[in-house]
Amino acid sequence: MKHMRALNKKAGRIDDYVVSRTEDVVGMQDHPSTQQRPHVPAGCALMFTPGWEVDAAGGTAGLCQPVERDIYDCFVSCYWPAQVPDHLNNAPDWTAKCATATKDWRNLDLVFP
Amino acid sequence: MTASMTASATRVYRLGEFHRFDAEGARFLYLVPAGAIFAVDTAVGKLIECLTPGELSHDRLIENLAANGLGIEDSEELIDEMYHANVIVANDSVPDRPQPLPDVFPIQTLVMNLTNQCNLSCQYCYEFGADKLATPEGKPKFMDLETAKTSVDFLLSQSGDRRSIHITFFGGETLMNYPLLKEVVAYANLRAGEQGRHVDFSLTTNATLLTPTIIEFLSQNNIGVTVSMDGPKEMHDHLRVFANGKGSYDIIEPKVRALIQNHRTRPITARVTLTAGVSDVLRIFRHLKQDLGFHEVGFAPVTTSPNQLYAINATGMDSVLDQFHTLADEYLEYALRGESHGFSNVSDTLAELCQGVNKSHPCGAGLGLLGVGPSGDIAPCHRFVDSDAHALGHISTGIDKAKQADFLRRGHIDSKYDCHTCWARPLCAGGCHHEAFVRYGDTGHPNLHYCDWIRDWTNTCLEIYGAIAAKNPGFLQQFAERKAS
Repeated sequence: MKHMRALNKKAGRIDDYVVSRTEDVVGMQDHPSTQQRPHVPAGCALMFTPGWEVDAAGGTAGLCQPVERDIYDCFVSCYWPAQVPDHLNNAPDWTAKCATATKDWRNLDLVFP
Repeated sequence: MTASMTASATRVYRLGEFHRFDAEGARFLYLVPAGAIFAVDTAVGKLIECLTPGELSHDRLIENLAANGLGIEDSEELIDEMYHANVIVANDSVPDRPQPLPDVFPIQTLVMNLTNQCNLSCQYCYEFGADKLATPEGKPKFMDLETAKTSVDFLLSQSGDRRSIHITFFGGETLMNYPLLKEVVAYANLRAGEQGRHVDFSLTTNATLLTPTIIEFLSQNNIGVTVSMDGPKEMHDHLRVFANGKGSYDIIEPKVRALIQNHRTRPITARVTLTAGVSDVLRIFRHLKQDLGFHEVGFAPVTTSPNQLYAINATGMDSVLDQFHTLADEYLEYALRGESHGFSNVSDTLAELCQGVNKSHPCGAGLGLLGVGPSGDIAPCHRFVDSDAHALGHISTGIDKAKQADFLRRGHIDSKYDCHTCWARPLCAGGCHHEAFVRYGDTGHPNLHYCDWIRDWTNTCLEIYGAIAAKNPGFLQQFAERKAS
């Protein structure tokens, strides 16, 4: 809690409750802790992923076009497989020409079923 | 997120139930009825000021906070936090529902009145004095071994899976039945040991019958001792007298010194009863703590109907409170240096504040604590022992559930309407059942004659708690580990 500091056991329990009700939903973190921990996202913004919400510099100028390429990362790690070229069955070679994402991202193309 | 934003935007806020206090230049809130203590920042203070004149809609509250220099995002966050902590409440806040008592509540403590006989004739005695409830006619004066063993078995069988249970020996004068006390200690240790459990013992005595042998036994068996003693000679002898009127101070003074010197396994406590003629708290404390060397000294005003000559009147209670404040200031100085002061009225309250107790009943009587008289009658606590009107069954047949339920229903905080607007109720819960009966003829009546006094004293202890939390929080650790009494 930002404005109150718990000083006895009962206050500690209220603190836990308030934190669970007021703090942002944090991915992959089922049990919010009173202790502040770093937010570790699964699979996205820590790596260079062309077309993600912001570019490597934190702005939007470097974002790729078309927007379909935003989801390149989903293809590789398959955590949203239905929405991306399906590398298991229909587009196994989609990233064949993209050895290094930071250099070759332009080689990722649209898939026309 | 959208849903909750919409919900908050339509709320109309008002202040929740809490008590504000300051200590060491910092601000604190005591949340009622939770019993939670928080240190708060200036933004919380501004929020409370905004809502003090009356309720405000969400948007108006944001505007008012903006006028006090808070940005919109900060205000939204502040309101959300305070709303979920119940510092402020809204039209959609759900009031606490009364909680029924658990069907099974394991006993923790059994107070065994080994005898109802006493070798002193203290005029204020609740067992023999003018306000007595006991009806001992035709009942045994001394508990026999069989009743005592049945009582121990009763405690062991009724204490559920509690690993540690407590037996307190009481009277009359407890040591008038010392032979039985020794037998009970041996028997209880044996039976509890068979079950892999531990029994903790304590006793209250007037110290007149202490001998080196008894002191050695008490020390060897880790038996906690509380001595009923009212101060230096002239005060102690005012009411604590033998049947011939002679004071008991000269008899007990050397025995108490020997007890404190030779009983090395537990702290020795003095328990002082304050009366109209004996209310010089500071002098009593100095004598018992410094001259005699008690580790802890606790005070309680005499329990009495209002018209007894020894009853303390309102002016006397104000004077007692002033002197409590002086000792409380001393306690704080000691605590900030990490030292023990010995004024147990403060330390007992700090222990409860540390846990954040929110009591359904003022004490454990009839719930986790029971008294047993020499006849084997079960009472809510030692103060009701031998009173037919208050018996809750017999040790051989167990607790009379209907009578117990009636006692607990009367004493429940939900039944005490006068208490529902009092911020001190999480700790007080209406006060002693026995005192209520003596004053008002009903164990469930709130003790309205000392409400202001209790609120003042609770506030004082909160200030001490806040000051220690701010300057020497490590000192509170001892209370976190100690179970609330």
